[in-house]
Amino acid sequence: MNYAELFRVMLPETALEIAALVVLVVDLGFLRKAALNVRAGAAALLGVVGCAAALWVMPLQPLGGYIYPSTGEALLATGGTAAAAQIGILALTALTLLLLVDTEFTQHVGEYVAVILMAAAGGLIIAAAQDLLVIFIGLELLSLGLYILTAFAKRSGASAESALKYYLFGGMSAAFLLFGFSYLYGITGSTDLHRIMLGLYMPNAAAASPLLYMALVMIAAGLGFKVAAAPFHLWVADTYEGAPAPAAAFIASVSKVASFALLISIGAAAVHVFDGMHGKVEVITGFHLNSQPVYLGFRNVWLELLMVLAAVSMVVGNLAALAQISVRRLVAYSAVAHAGYILLGLAFFSYTPLSAAAILYYVLTYGLTTIGAFGVVAVVERATGSDRLEAFSGLHQRSPLLAAVLLVLFLSLAGIPPLVGFWAKFNLFAAVLSVSRSGAAVGLVALAVAMSAVSLFYYLQVMKRAYVLAPADETKIALPPVTLVLLAFIALSVVALGCFPDLLRSWIAAFYGGM
Amino acid sequence: MLAWTIYLTFAGALLEALLPKDKRVLARWLALTVAVAGLVLAVMGFAAGAANHFERAVIVDVPWVSGMGIHYLLAADGISLVVVLLTGLAAVAGVLFSWNIELRTNEFFAFFLALIGGVYGVFLSGDLFLLFVFYEIAIVPKYFLIAIWGSTRREYGAMKLALYSFVGSAMVLIGLLVAYASSGSHSTGLVDLAHAGLPVSEQMWLFPLVFTGFAILAGMWPFHTWAPTGHVAAPTAASMLLAGVVMKLGAYGCLRVAISLFPRGMDPWGVSFLGIGSWRDVFAVLAVIGIVYGALVALAQTDFKFVIGYSSVSHMGFVLLGLVTLNQIGMTGAVLQMFSHGVIAGLLFAIVGRIVYERTHTRQLAELETMHLSKRLPFAAWAFVLAGMASMGLPGFSGFVAELQVLIGSWVAKPAWTVTAGVGIVVGVAYTWRALQKAFFSDAPPSAHIHEHGHELGAITWPEMAGTGLLLVSTLAVGLYPRLLLEAIEPAVKTLLAGGVR
Repeated sequence: MNYAELFRVMLPETALEIAALVVLVVDLGFLRKAALNVRAGAAALLGVVGCAAALWVMPLQPLGGYIYPSTGEALLATGGTAAAAQIGILALTALTLLLLVDTEFTQHVGEYVAVILMAAAGGLIIAAAQDLLVIFIGLELLSLGLYILTAFAKRSGASAESALKYYLFGGMSAAFLLFGFSYLYGITGSTDLHRIMLGLYMPNAAAASPLLYMALVMIAAGLGFKVAAAPFHLWVADTYEGAPAPAAAFIASVSKVASFALLISIGAAAVHVFDGMHGKVEVITGFHLNSQPVYLGFRNVWLELLMVLAAVSMVVGNLAALAQISVRRLVAYSAVAHAGYILLGLAFFSYTPLSAAAILYYVLTYGLTTIGAFGVVAVVERATGSDRLEAFSGLHQRSPLLAAVLLVLFLSLAGIPPLVGFWAKFNLFAAVLSVSRSGAAVGLVALAVAMSAVSLFYYLQVMKRAYVLAPADETKIALPPVTLVLLAFIALSVVALGCFPDLLRSWIAAFYGGM
Repeated sequence: MLAWTIYLTFAGALLEALLPKDKRVLARWLALTVAVAGLVLAVMGFAAGAANHFERAVIVDVPWVSGMGIHYLLAADGISLVVVLLTGLAAVAGVLFSWNIELRTNEFFAFFLALIGGVYGVFLSGDLFLLFVFYEIAIVPKYFLIAIWGSTRREYGAMKLALYSFVGSAMVLIGLLVAYASSGSHSTGLVDLAHAGLPVSEQMWLFPLVFTGFAILAGMWPFHTWAPTGHVAAPTAASMLLAGVVMKLGAYGCLRVAISLFPRGMDPWGVSFLGIGSWRDVFAVLAVIGIVYGALVALAQTDFKFVIGYSSVSHMGFVLLGLVTLNQIGMTGAVLQMFSHGVIAGLLFAIVGRIVYERTHTRQLAELETMHLSKRLPFAAWAFVLAGMASMGLPGFSGFVAELQVLIGSWVAKPAWTVTAGVGIVVGVAYTWRALQKAFFSDAPPSAHIHEHGHELGAITWPEMAGTGLLLVSTLAVGLYPRLLLEAIEPAVKTLLAGGVR
């Protein structure tokens, strides 16, 4: 085992942890007497610098895929999905950090930024993890950070309540996940995803074991909780509603990217799509039979589970969002729906990197859009004290820019071209249909498209308030400068990436050796 | 050159959005300038097409999404040129009839021009995905135009319209995704996809799905219910656009996508029930029902604008019927009817929604009866007489040539359709006559209520006269000299029919 090599793989995480400590020292040491906005600005800035540093050290990671300690098992991946997701996580973390600057939900900005950075480090680990234990450590590191972030508004009862709910649900789902992992280890005798898949290869006895079903159902429950898939979605609305807006944005974006990157790793391990960095595909468990890829016993069960989760999430998320009167809860249920679409892409996972690239495209752009949406919600909340639909009435008159940003973001979430959300959906569904045109695949894609038509209704409900109805209070809403720049940047990115969909597509494709 | 209709219109929309709120006059003139420039470009494009014998001409072709074979491909054949011309006319007339918008004027024109830009885009797209993208761009502005500046139950009408449109486009999207995935072709160009030769079994379900998706927006019975409520709720310019060009988007999609890409979907099933033996028969029957049903319902309306709204359903039935005749004359008639109805419906909505309603503040036929508008608003009365004659399909107006061709085409295909559709024409005369009589030429005693309002109705303004004149001249020109457009449409339809559509 080469610890120096392992350390090099972990350089980005290390950079984030160091940045977290620096933030604490600066905030609690040098800036103890400074005004809150100065401290918040300094902490956020240092956090962003930390993310930039992590990005900067990423090229120092050893290339070539997996790290094999003495046992010869894979722990962490570099390049490919892992690298794309890690860069995405760092970029989105930086954006959520900037949301902090103009808020005042907490006095403890240093701790807040430190926790965010540590949680992001957990996200980086998850995105790269190839081993059950590493996965679990990463998930716990991320989750513990999220529980704390949710509770960060100490003066708000809702924040504490939602954090407690989130924590209890999260703890239980972690237990399910661990339980499932232990079965998987028991069946196959390995904690390495690829070894596990090999152990579950069809003719092997393990593949037929009923315990496999138990294990996979448990794992689906645990991971379904992380990605907010119905029926494990009950925490989402409460958490999004109670958490401080920047923390909710972090939960909705970074945590999603990390969890879906993990699901991509699992899917990729199952279909032998290894991150073929630099043209060298290191396939330790995969093989071709008569040039056909051999699918593993794991796949059929997993496919069924994901199909059910996807269908239920799309329907429950979209229908529940119709009835919401709080915009945060509306965004939360729409997150469930979006998770459903992505799970569909995971269910019909391609042998080529097509699906992985489409899912990354979706989840990265979704994360970006959601951060913007929470940014708008935060500004409106500060001005009106509420995130109810009524609070958005006449937003257009009170702040034309804010309304325009919200319009762009919500239309993108609804999948209206030429915004980026349309291409995300299109890529994803096209990937599904290129994998399978069976009745189930076509039917589920049809359901997904029909459900996005439903989603337009609730997004328009908010836009109707913003553009059509008259405001109850006509005072202008002032946009703080940092938030203004951040929101304008996000909205412009959503438009630009939508008008030139090749930009992001080819960027992601480059991680897979060009597709 | 034609591509600039799109860019110019979107640029105009952006400028309008950035204008200061109180610059109303500037906003109007800017919108008019942009719309007129669009019309001029459309006319120039049409003339250039005529010089080229209306061959399909590629305007722009650059790769857009390289990995998926999607091109930013703009192309125009005779059919595109005709509908682009219609869009230019409708845009100019729409701006003229929106001259009195005082509420958030610049935003109104921003949404208006964004809608027009999307419509130009659809009509000029030569790539399936580009077409879809523009098609969706056109949906959102409609919602806001109606919801903010509309009247009767505007939020309901706007949401209903937006959802119907979006459900329709969702159906189209499913069809496109499947066609894209299964064609295996590395291009999404309409021409390339038509040659990709999708399996008949897939065309069999893709055709009805995509046709219905587009036909929802074309007001096909029984998915037409958005049309009357949407038209009535919309501000005048938006009703003009809805009936004038947006419904044409649907019909154009049926022709360009459903019929051109999935022609085998119209093959006979092999079994026939009540004379219906293929999807083509199904849609023909729905179109004929739409013609008769729309006309009958229009006959029973008490609201003037609803009469016109339902008449649109009836007239769009002719377009759909013409399309599924699948013969030269019927399809040519369908495209001509798109143009004709676009102009005439625009004119009718302008008279009812703007010239009459803005002065009388009622659209109820029973109240209008007591106002003797033929004496007090002779301009409106005579304009409506002419527009009504055009709408009835009297010779000399564009509607006559178009509907006649559709009827001949459908007679060739199946005489029963023609006979039933003929009933629709007769009822059409009746409802137009009834509305005309009640609204303008009734001699019912004036009610006390009217006396309180005073006698004087505002004089007709120049934008109203200009808009009315523009639309009347268009319908008369095409009615008196239909070769003007037929020369453009016929070769395009011929190419289409030769390309596998049977």
